[in-house]
Amino acid sequence: MDFYDTPEEANFRAEAQAFLEANVPTEQEMAGLDYIAAAKFWQQRKFDHGWATIGWPKEFGGRGATAIEKVILGQEEGKYDVAANIFQIGQGMAAPTLMAYASEEQKARYLPKLSSGEEVWCQLFSEPAGGSDLAALRTKAERDGDDWVVNGQKIWTSGAHYSDFGILVVRTDPEVPKHQGLSYFFIDMKSAGVEIKPIKQMSGGANFNEVYFTDVRIPDAQRLGEVGQGWQVALTTLMNERATIGGGGLAVGVESVMKLAQRVNIDDRPAIEDKQVRAKLADWHVQEAGLKYTSYRTLSALSRGDIPGPENSIGKLVGAPKTQDMASFAIDLMENSGAMWDPEFAEDAGVFQSAFMSIPGLRIAGGTDEIMANIIAERVLGLPQEPRMDKGIPFSKVPTSAKY
Amino acid sequence: MNFEFSSEQEMLRDQARGLLAEHCPASAVRAVLEGDEPYDAQLWKLVTEMGWTATVIPEQYDGLGLSYLELAVIAEEMGRAMAPIPFSSSVYMATEAILAAGSDSQKEQWLPRLASGELIGTVAVAEAAGQTSAQRLKTTVSNGAISGTKVPVIDGDIAHFAIVVASCERGDGATLYLVDLSDSAIVRNQVPTIDPSRSQARIEFNGAKAERLGAEGEGWSVLQQVYNHAAVLFSWEQLGGSDAALEMAKEYAMGRIAFGRPIASYQAIKHKLANMYVKNTLARSNAYYGAWALSTGDSQLPLAAATARVAAIQAYYFSSKENIQTHGGMGYTWEFDCQFHYRRAKLLSLSIGSEATWQDKLVTALEHNNAA
Repeated sequence: MDFYDTPEEANFRAEAQAFLEANVPTEQEMAGLDYIAAAKFWQQRKFDHGWATIGWPKEFGGRGATAIEKVILGQEEGKYDVAANIFQIGQGMAAPTLMAYASEEQKARYLPKLSSGEEVWCQLFSEPAGGSDLAALRTKAERDGDDWVVNGQKIWTSGAHYSDFGILVVRTDPEVPKHQGLSYFFIDMKSAGVEIKPIKQMSGGANFNEVYFTDVRIPDAQRLGEVGQGWQVALTTLMNERATIGGGGLAVGVESVMKLAQRVNIDDRPAIEDKQVRAKLADWHVQEAGLKYTSYRTLSALSRGDIPGPENSIGKLVGAPKTQDMASFAIDLMENSGAMWDPEFAEDAGVFQSAFMSIPGLRIAGGTDEIMANIIAERVLGLPQEPRMDKGIPFSKVPTSAKY
Repeated sequence: MNFEFSSEQEMLRDQARGLLAEHCPASAVRAVLEGDEPYDAQLWKLVTEMGWTATVIPEQYDGLGLSYLELAVIAEEMGRAMAPIPFSSSVYMATEAILAAGSDSQKEQWLPRLASGELIGTVAVAEAAGQTSAQRLKTTVSNGAISGTKVPVIDGDIAHFAIVVASCERGDGATLYLVDLSDSAIVRNQVPTIDPSRSQARIEFNGAKAERLGAEGEGWSVLQQVYNHAAVLFSWEQLGGSDAALEMAKEYAMGRIAFGRPIASYQAIKHKLANMYVKNTLARSNAYYGAWALSTGDSQLPLAAATARVAAIQAYYFSSKENIQTHGGMGYTWEFDCQFHYRRAKLLSLSIGSEATWQDKLVTALEHNNAA
């Protein structure tokens, strides 16, 4: 038992470090670029040097790297303050689906530009009437000559406004049971009849969009998989969805809450001396360290070339509520001051308030806590599904809360 | 990254699991819990013949000289089987205390017989309800004779000797002493506890012979060191038990039909079992780190041990109580085995300091890290 790289891994890490050291964009290179332009700049450079989408076959812009090599590059790249990755959905979800279902011409046309970041893709799956029950989607497509005509609405689409293409699941037959009437397409986001509206979140930010389709025409050639096989194709996409959204990217962890507890007082003593405060910090450390060492176990399996066990499926279910509770507790420690969400006056420039206001979304995105618990129960423990009221009946006869 | 057990260690696990499944089924736990025998002597004999009591004892003292990773593997299986034997007292506590503080001659005297299982040892600390403190020990030693009462002492009724913490004038006021429990100046009685599958005793020392273990006044710090080792090993025992409780709950939920379908298909039950899995997984990953820190003697052991212990206490308590809940009324009966985990989970959470004690130690270790 150890935490070391194998000799091959160490070589690869050194190679990745050398590439990053020499090529991470300088501040001058980034000057004046917005985050999309900055992300594209860095992605193109990685592509030019053979460091983009390294797990893909060489012909599409990759280098056939192993799973552990992808992790190592991610670890090393994470040490730099490089531009945010706006390509994750396209490269991580759309591309594997294209590889499995697109024609050779389409793969040659789209995959290299996905790899280089020249073209950005988004995912058009969720709908107002189909969130956790994704297959209940109602956006319809009707055949018209060589085209399909699409009408309906998608929601929670990250990056729709800067995307060139989108992967889309629609209902092509409402008269068969739910999963059997779906078909899967990719679509040019500049198509006539596509309207994108940002969704303002309770945190004040706007990371998602609503996307409306009014008589949008999609060539049949852009269908992936057979008509009526859209659910099976969508499962290919979803299998590649990153399950571990966790509490990541936020500056709220045990260490930051501990430091706050050392600065503020309870009963005229530093809060850190309070036994209740210590008990809570200990419990959160158990979760934080538990997740960290769970990921080490997953990495060990990858390093050996094995498929990791199911243990990493707990990441988001533990991480998101933990971060919410920690942010809430940190704000409580500030007493009256905790209300302030101001970079100048708030403790730690307001990171706890920011986390408190954004975490409710994280507990829902990519599978709600409840769905994640179902997934663990069904796929890890092998417990049976709940009986479904919509099983075996035509979709058009299934009760719905949708108003159209 | 190689954060996992070796294939040899996995083979040892398979061997231990198979052997304990055969020789320590739930009926063996029940026999001790219901009967007059304080432990399963036959199982103890088998375990000692397998050399498991000798796992980490160096070869020069007739041990196997293996690492704590091997012992962690065995501990998990002991916990899974809820083995009604003095393994933890003799191996994680008495052996560790002698390894930590014994002189060469003490090691020569005691370790070979602990390795062979000829002797059962235990550690006696508690005197009254609440945390025991080095400064307020009522058990004293003068001129090599020990006086006072320790209660409860796990396996105190069956152990051949105890390592007793008693007060002295020096240091923080605590010193460890080796005491032969067959001394005529000792009265010991079994005391009823919440987990009769592991026996405990009240031991009255009336001037029995006591041999000092380690330096005067340093008993408490040695004890903390022993506790850090034992915390990791206990966490593996707890984890084994907690996984077994989850499996038990799962098996029952799959077979029990209510309102026309298996109760395992209701989200209320699924989420309960998913939460058990989450807590067990966190506990397992923390126990891995604890085992690594223990086996390498890493400076992070105090944090790793505390984290493993708090995680394991929480996981086993949760799965043991929710296993009963999943079984419904039958889970509360004497006839069903759910009670064994509930009893054992609580017992193991008390042995070397409770959850609150270790939560505090955990944060103290974090503070040391931050200050460093």
